[in-house]
Amino acid sequence: MKFFQSIGAKTIGKVTAVGRAALMLFGALIAVPRVKNIPLIIKQLYVVGVQSLLIIMVSGLFIGMVMALQGYTILVDYGAEGSLGPMVALSLLRELGPVVTALLFAGRAGSALTAEIGLMKATEQLSSLEMMAVDPLRRIVAPRFWAGMLAMPMLAIIFSAVGILGGHLVGVDWLGVDAGSYWSIMQSTVDWNQDVVNGVIKSLVFALVVTWIAIFKGYDSIPTSEGISKATTETVVYSSLAVLGLDFVLTALMFGIE
Amino acid sequence: MDHLVEVDNLTFKRADRIIYDGISLKVPKGKITAVMGPSGIGKTTLLRLIGGQLTPDKGDVRFGGNSIVSMSRKSLYETRRRMSMLFQSGALFTDMSVFDNVAFPLREHTKLSEDVIATIVALKLQAVGLRGAAQLMPSELSGGMARRAALARAIALDPDLIMYDEPFAGQDPISMGVLVKLIRELNDALNLTSIVVTHDVTEVLTIADYIYILADKRVIGEGTAQQIRESDSELVQQFLKGKADGPVPFHYPAPDLKASFLGADK
Repeated sequence: MKFFQSIGAKTIGKVTAVGRAALMLFGALIAVPRVKNIPLIIKQLYVVGVQSLLIIMVSGLFIGMVMALQGYTILVDYGAEGSLGPMVALSLLRELGPVVTALLFAGRAGSALTAEIGLMKATEQLSSLEMMAVDPLRRIVAPRFWAGMLAMPMLAIIFSAVGILGGHLVGVDWLGVDAGSYWSIMQSTVDWNQDVVNGVIKSLVFALVVTWIAIFKGYDSIPTSEGISKATTETVVYSSLAVLGLDFVLTALMFGIE
Repeated sequence: MDHLVEVDNLTFKRADRIIYDGISLKVPKGKITAVMGPSGIGKTTLLRLIGGQLTPDKGDVRFGGNSIVSMSRKSLYETRRRMSMLFQSGALFTDMSVFDNVAFPLREHTKLSEDVIATIVALKLQAVGLRGAAQLMPSELSGGMARRAALARAIALDPDLIMYDEPFAGQDPISMGVLVKLIRELNDALNLTSIVVTHDVTEVLTIADYIYILADKRVIGEGTAQQIRESDSELVQQFLKGKADGPVPFHYPAPDLKASFLGADK
């Protein structure tokens, strides 16, 4: 009996949490963006975007290099090493760019967002904003949300671009694939709408999910050191799982049905 | 007498625990009202109820005659501009200097030019004695200074009501004396109404015009400092004199020690 009770209580808890998260997102988005808040968005864009650049670029470089190395050893058996360019570019633009960027973003920026907002709550900064008649959803949550939405697609594009260059470094410069075929077959194979735009749409969806989870977990955290550490962990775990799950759904929708 | 804040027959529950069971209190305009009581009985909760951050289960809270409870979100935010709260931790924004912290409500709510704001901020910081610390970051301030800086921020918009949440907790005797003096002087000079929530008996008895003592989910004593001292309630006397045992027991409820050691509870 106890067992069923606890399942029921947990389910109700989860469902109400989803409701609170939706209300928070609605509260943040309904707030008409004011000119005053643009500097706040720019500041957050710096924090979540510019400061994530290094990890994104380094990861992109290495993933591109590994892809070229792996791809070459397989393709060369069939004499198809000329197709290395499109293989690297397509994998990056369609999958690895948006997905790995989102995973790194969840670890680098998402966890920081949760911890920051959670600590603001613990040190009563959010309450004091409310008491100063400043809506924390508008002042704290909304700029961080929009910054995440803007930063993630740009980071994903940068990730893919650096990855393609990394593939060039290994494939062309080190393993001797013909530079002309690397670029020209890539250009003729990669489709703007099918590959580039779909990748950007993916990373927009991931941006929504990761930033939303990160902000909500911070805003809804129990304001103790234990609560914040739990919220930060949950942000990374839930975001990663959500990104991987959603990636399958989006891929099926975009590329599955021809 | 004119009352700025009226709490009327208020009941508040947190989960299944009753915090307040039908309490009523009135805060006279222009005076310092102290709310005292043992730790953990929800004194801070009372301030949050007055500020409209929490909603009572029953009863009403009125500010200047208007019900906070039934107010729309918009007018609640309007009303909050007339009140301010000094949090126990100070709650300064850690990413801004003291100057920017004090300027924050002015920049948010007024269209004053930066020159005027700089003047107002300098005056407010002068009032709490921190004009020289304007460019410091909150992490560079001592606990007492942080609280004074937060006080400067709380009075930046010249509110009608200021609520102090445990202003004396964890302060050394000098900062404590400074805060006591500031609360009294600001109240009189700016024609404020103050609510001080605390358990520091001696400090409060010297500055409060009217005192409420809360315990056991209700008001157990009220009156001026003199009346409170002469109260014949055992509970009030235990609180004032700090006796370890009395109506508030020393032991958290537990089965009899001897009986439980002898295994009588099995």
